[in-house]
Amino acid sequence: MPKKTYRQAINEAIASEMRRDHRVIVLGEDNAGGKGAPGEPDAWGGVLGVTKGLLPEFGEDRVLDTPISESAFIGAAVGAAATGLRPVAELMFVDFMGVCFDQIFNQAAKFRYMFGGKAVTPVVIRTMYGGGFRAASQHSQCLYPLFTHIPGLKVVVPSSPYEAKGLMIQAIRDDDPVIFFEHKVLYDVEEDVPDEAYTIPFGEANVTREGRDVTIVAFGRMVGFANTAADELKRDGISVTVIDPRTTSPLDSETILDSVSETGRLVVVDEAHPRCSMAADIARLVAEEAFHDLKAPIRTITAPHTPVPFSPALEDIYIPSVAKIKAAVQALAAKVPA
Amino acid sequence: MSDILPIVMPKWGLAMSEGTLVSWLVPEGGEVNKGDEIAEIETTKITNAFASPNSGVLRRQIVKVGEIAPVGALLAIVAPTTVTNDEIDAFVGSFVVEVKDEGASGAVEREANFAGKKLFYKLAGGSQDGIPVVLIHGFGGDADNWLFNIDALSADRPVYAIDLPGHGKSTKDIASGDLGELADAVAAVVNDAGISKAHFVGHSLGAAVVFKMLEQHPDRVASIVGVAPAGVGPSVNDAYVSGFIAAEKRKDVKSSLQMLVADPEQVSAAMIEGIQRYKRLEGVAKAIQTIAAKTLPGGRQTSSFRDLLEKTNKPILIVWGEKDAIIDAAQAEGLSGKISIIRLPGVGHMPHLEAANTFNDRLIEQFKNVEANIR
Repeated sequence: MPKKTYRQAINEAIASEMRRDHRVIVLGEDNAGGKGAPGEPDAWGGVLGVTKGLLPEFGEDRVLDTPISESAFIGAAVGAAATGLRPVAELMFVDFMGVCFDQIFNQAAKFRYMFGGKAVTPVVIRTMYGGGFRAASQHSQCLYPLFTHIPGLKVVVPSSPYEAKGLMIQAIRDDDPVIFFEHKVLYDVEEDVPDEAYTIPFGEANVTREGRDVTIVAFGRMVGFANTAADELKRDGISVTVIDPRTTSPLDSETILDSVSETGRLVVVDEAHPRCSMAADIARLVAEEAFHDLKAPIRTITAPHTPVPFSPALEDIYIPSVAKIKAAVQALAAKVPA
Repeated sequence: MSDILPIVMPKWGLAMSEGTLVSWLVPEGGEVNKGDEIAEIETTKITNAFASPNSGVLRRQIVKVGEIAPVGALLAIVAPTTVTNDEIDAFVGSFVVEVKDEGASGAVEREANFAGKKLFYKLAGGSQDGIPVVLIHGFGGDADNWLFNIDALSADRPVYAIDLPGHGKSTKDIASGDLGELADAVAAVVNDAGISKAHFVGHSLGAAVVFKMLEQHPDRVASIVGVAPAGVGPSVNDAYVSGFIAAEKRKDVKSSLQMLVADPEQVSAAMIEGIQRYKRLEGVAKAIQTIAAKTLPGGRQTSSFRDLLEKTNKPILIVWGEKDAIIDAAQAEGLSGKISIIRLPGVGHMPHLEAANTFNDRLIEQFKNVEANIR
């Protein structure tokens, strides 16, 4: 099977949906590259090249460059979705999303509910997130918890190229607004990705490792860290289940609770800040629904409650690491009830 | 020193990079013969018994139970009792792990044209000159189902493992979905590969495809092996067929796959993920529904080849697990003595996975006998 990067997988998903459905359009800063300027068409394909190649195939009517005005083009995308298109808008860094919260939180998320199910808003907003890129406080945040908080939005956090393709096709076919989080450090990660189209349903967690002693729930880039930790811990005789929820909204709580009922121990790994985060959310879920299954306290591993530091040395200790995950699992596994 | 024979971690399939030693089946100091099962090894796919490549006394177990070792790592030492412990220590100390090129013993992938659509197949042992073996998986399977068989079977003859239409990497575009179409697909691969005559091995629904092949192209058949075969009895477990088609969630896929094997522990996370990935591909849901509706509707088998099997002069071998929960092994009852039947105790619907070493030995023996009679 051909190996593809996370970037190629997302590009392939968008291209295959554009071929299948003429209502799918792409818009964002430099997505076309050069339109209306003396530049070069398809020069960039978005800041890190995800949409490159779409302009030559689908033309200027379906691949649109926008001004650097997020509030305007996200609003345009939401409006286009409400009136019959299926836009895939790229908002470069999730850190800039603040200027279009009304369009997303108060408009797109509410249409289906407020119009009694008679309106749909099939918009996908793609956005980059995450640390490790030496891009400092304003380009490195993991803001998926903010969007998870809002009913009416679907929030996707793909952890690998295979996942990214199937989840993107699902996102485009979904009739609700979807915020699609792409971790910039994952763009060059490669794995086997089928050439054919496929969809991965929302709200269905993946179990990437199966073990008996401890359950780890991890998101996005942290899934790979958790897998590495699980493989290393297996050598020390600790058997770990790793759950990748894939989507934070909807959330597959059943898979998490089933696993905790078997292991009795939970570690949640979330690259976001600790307060009001997915880590806090899942700890709440398990404390409420599975308290009597627990054999040890719940542990969360997150970034600290500070902005992402610019200093590389600080950024490296800011992001959760394989070593921190292993230490947490080892500490829990040691607490075996008599 | 030359009397010291290393036993190393085997490589089962391209994806295997390491294995966990689950248990030693032969103690230190025990006698082993080539082909004896000496250890159980767990991979991400499945746990399998490892057959010794050497004969002698198992002098030392290097890897302990529960330890993980990479492919090619030293697992144990076989040597005569005359070799001293110091000599063994020296051998272990100087042992260098050889990483074989994946292409060397591994299979190559090929593509055949089937009425304008693509069929994938794998070829292993292409340089061997024995009568080729063609492996046909069952409903919902693919060429990788023969993971533990391809290496052993291709030692003396080329082995072709086909992805049937609607399966694996082959076209998902099914026309009628009946056995005739599937047998035509097999014939297309056989033609593409330039095979004049082969041993055809089919598992489950793949066995019915092979029987159909015998009906339509008897000149191409040297012998037939039906593994937990469809095509000899009236029924199939519909809870499995319908359950497999309907299953989307991991949990449902898992319980569906657990029906296939006698020991449900054998169903690994990687197997479940593999089936989920297959079932998500565009066109698969429709393809498997179409095939099931034509061949296995509502727990019924639409074709019986019992008369054909009794009439043919081609050698037929049937291999069946006594704990098969999908197609009852009792369906072999009443077949005449000219059909050889091997019943494997404690084995479910997947004898080629669950009892791979026995399966491989018996098939090789069968092929040799058939070839001796032809010559």
